Amino acid sequence: MTVRLQREPFDTAAETAALTLGRTDIGAVVTFTGICRGAEDGTPIAALTLEHYPGMAEAEIARHVEEAEQRWALLGVTVIHRYGRIAPGEDIVLVVTTSSHRQDAFAAAEFLMDYLKTRAPFWKQVEQAGATHWVDAKSADDAAADRWKAPRRDEAAE
Amino acid sequence: MKIVYFAWVRERVGKTDEELEPPAGVATVGDLMAWLAGRGEEYAYAFENPKVIRAAIDRVHVRPDTALSQAREIAFFPPMTGG
Repeated sequence: MTVRLQREPFDTAAETAALTLGRTDIGAVVTFTGICRGAEDGTPIAALTLEHYPGMAEAEIARHVEEAEQRWALLGVTVIHRYGRIAPGEDIVLVVTTSSHRQDAFAAAEFLMDYLKTRAPFWKQVEQAGATHWVDAKSADDAAADRWKAPRRDEAAE
Repeated sequence: MKIVYFAWVRERVGKTDEELEPPAGVATVGDLMAWLAGRGEEYAYAFENPKVIRAAIDRVHVRPDTALSQAREIAFFPPMTGG
């Protein structure tokens, strides 16, 4: 497991290669990249600034990666989350999951992103029209995270 | 104990962290928010709607009814918006 918080941009191809290099057991790699949009509610934004809770953010992400590793047959996971000022078009977050078969990698990547949005201690501030405001948490994100609380169907059937 | 604040809670309180020793009757996270809210205008503003404030003790998420007991560091912040 690699969990990293950094100000600098990341290299998705290099991070993916680092997980798969020299291995022949991996049959699937899923990468998710979250990118800063250039507009919010139809109004252009100048940038996002991400604040985080150092120490807790790494620990909270690691706890969720551990949970993902228990729920799905993963062969390696990398999560990188940037903080500081991020301009439209720049990457914010990277999740890479690997597995033998695609279902595990797909599900784990989605699970990790849903939890990152609602449980990892990060806060987005938007620079828009010469002013700044904090992004409100979305109930849709809570709902997306909540659906992982129910036992998976295949587990319930066992 | 060390109390740390993030995002708009930090902005409203006007500081990133502080060392405070709450009185004996302050037993839970919710008690602590109520006590902090009485410490001045800026705290009252930060904690005016305690239901939306999230908390962590020693870097683990907790609920308002969680006991403070041996907490070394308690954090208050708005709902998270990462990812």
